[in-house]
Amino acid sequence: MSHSVQIKSLDLQFGAVKVLKNLNLDIHEGEFLVLLGSSGCGKSTLLNCIAGLLEPTDGQIWIKGKNVTWAEPSERGIGMVFQSYALYPQMTVKGNLSFGLKNAKVPKAEIDKRVARAAEVLQIEALLDRKPGALSGGQRQRVAIGRALVRDVDVFLFDEPLSNLDAKLRADLRVELKRLHNQLENTMIYVTHDQVEAMTLADRIAIMKGGNIMQLGTPDEIYNRPQNIYVADFIGSPSMNFIEGQYSNGVFSKGELSLPMTGYEYVAPKTADRGATIGIRPEHVITGELVSGAPVKVEVDVDIVEPMGSDTLVWAHLAGKPFRIRMDGSARVSAKERLTIGIDPSRASLFDTKTENRL
Amino acid sequence: MTDAMSGPRGAKPKKALSRNNIIVYGTLFVVAIYYALPLYVMIVTSLKGMPEIRMGNIFAPPMEVTFQPWVKAWAEACTGINCDGLSRGFWNSVRILIPSVVISISVASVTGYVLSMWKFKGSEVFFSMLMIGAFIPYQVMLYPIVILLREAGLYGSLSGLVLVHLAFGMPINTLLFRNYFASIPEELFKAARVDGAGFWAIFVKIVMPMSLPIFVVSMIIQVTGIWNDFLFGVTYISSPDRYPMTVQLNNIVNSVQGVKEYNVNMAATLLTGLVPLVIYFASGKLFVRGIAAGAVKG
Repeated sequence: MSHSVQIKSLDLQFGAVKVLKNLNLDIHEGEFLVLLGSSGCGKSTLLNCIAGLLEPTDGQIWIKGKNVTWAEPSERGIGMVFQSYALYPQMTVKGNLSFGLKNAKVPKAEIDKRVARAAEVLQIEALLDRKPGALSGGQRQRVAIGRALVRDVDVFLFDEPLSNLDAKLRADLRVELKRLHNQLENTMIYVTHDQVEAMTLADRIAIMKGGNIMQLGTPDEIYNRPQNIYVADFIGSPSMNFIEGQYSNGVFSKGELSLPMTGYEYVAPKTADRGATIGIRPEHVITGELVSGAPVKVEVDVDIVEPMGSDTLVWAHLAGKPFRIRMDGSARVSAKERLTIGIDPSRASLFDTKTENRL
Repeated sequence: MTDAMSGPRGAKPKKALSRNNIIVYGTLFVVAIYYALPLYVMIVTSLKGMPEIRMGNIFAPPMEVTFQPWVKAWAEACTGINCDGLSRGFWNSVRILIPSVVISISVASVTGYVLSMWKFKGSEVFFSMLMIGAFIPYQVMLYPIVILLREAGLYGSLSGLVLVHLAFGMPINTLLFRNYFASIPEELFKAARVDGAGFWAIFVKIVMPMSLPIFVVSMIIQVTGIWNDFLFGVTYISSPDRYPMTVQLNNIVNSVQGVKEYNVNMAATLLTGLVPLVIYFASGKLFVRGIAAGAVKG
């Protein structure tokens, strides 16, 4: 697989504040990479650096085998889609689409051809003579994508493109973006704070925190094998249950709770005894009739039951800690009840309490 | 037995003549009269002949309308040795006004654009210095500028006066443009850069079409300020041949020789005020929009 975008030891400082810290990232040709993180983690800053809208303090950016660290945004072969759409309000949709091509002195016949093609792909042919003010949010975002599309760029950059849309439209456009990626096969870098968008769209996800990449991996790796407590906590809704305890001789224990970690895949072949934190996803807790076949059975006290239709969220206590359990929507549980649940250690995550890294 | 639908229902009725309304409209009416009456007196007086004015009824409408005072004020009134009326001052003012307004708006808008969107190291310091300039009283600078202009060989000339107007108009206009441009979303500017637009292309094709109201506001401020200027005109112009209209008006009205021709004075004053008045009427709507800036975001 060839490289599309390469970030090499990138540093960015605003005054005394380090926003990006010695960042390295290798993005493959045709890959859909999502930069995911809470606000202030540096994900948008990184995207702006790739676009050439921000100058890094140190490090290099390569696109398609060319060092573009000092290149102008328009020379990098990138197209960018912004959260606020950033359409030029005084121009028609057609004017918006052709603005970049006019600046590049593309012949008029070619401009018309490319605008027509982009409009067809995005199904905005009927809107070409309207002004952005007369469009709905979803239509505006389509035009914004079209503006990148007409320029025949190698890399698409998306800066939270769906955040300003309502939930239903967001879901529709998400699917459309995925379809567009399958159709165009361009490299796409997508910034978001929404983990559903990240999980559904990405080939790989880079989870960022404080200017560092905490984990880079496929959605499956990120979800099932989080490399540290931050990633484990960030991904998943409701989030993972954590219990701090001791690890010794292949058994995790905390008070009366004792979990033999049979079937668990360790990162290192031999794991020494230490203070450890176990993470169990609410949806990985075994309930109902399956409990009898579970590797480990424990009893919990139910505090609150939240029926959500498709499933039921149970708030309970385990080893003195709040413990969330996701059950089937048809399960009948009531508060103050004592519930027997099953835990499968092979699906849990074990972390070193001190370093917070996966064991 | 209680009827569920009895009592207040639907829209609440409003009283047209409430005590509040009477106080508010009454006050507005009195203030309006106070403001409009002098204008009325001026217009009426300028349309009367001198014998009628001497009768002393300043509020009375003219018995016999005459435009002779207007003609005299424009073409015949004497200041010093020149007896060609205000027309000379009018054209002087026009020759001062046009370059001053065009150049100051061009320079201030580009400066504001740089200060809001192309910030450079020290741009904030530069802006602060410019703002300090706006707060230094004119009187402090009057004489130093006389010396500067003399050394540059521009003292007494119209171009010297234009230069002074440019310098004094710069801080406020730059502030105006900078703040307006700062309200344009940053992402729009980024999108234009990704689209390959450079410094001038972004300014001309993106920023300017979005900023018509602020250009109008700036134009109004500059036109009225420069047209109504008296202090700089009287200080930096040495010859009556080149006096701007305001200075000439003063010389006509304050002339001590002969009979005081109130009708001519009134006509001359109205003529001098005509240009700002026309500008206000022509661009009033845009002016309000510019003042309420931010309401025009795409």
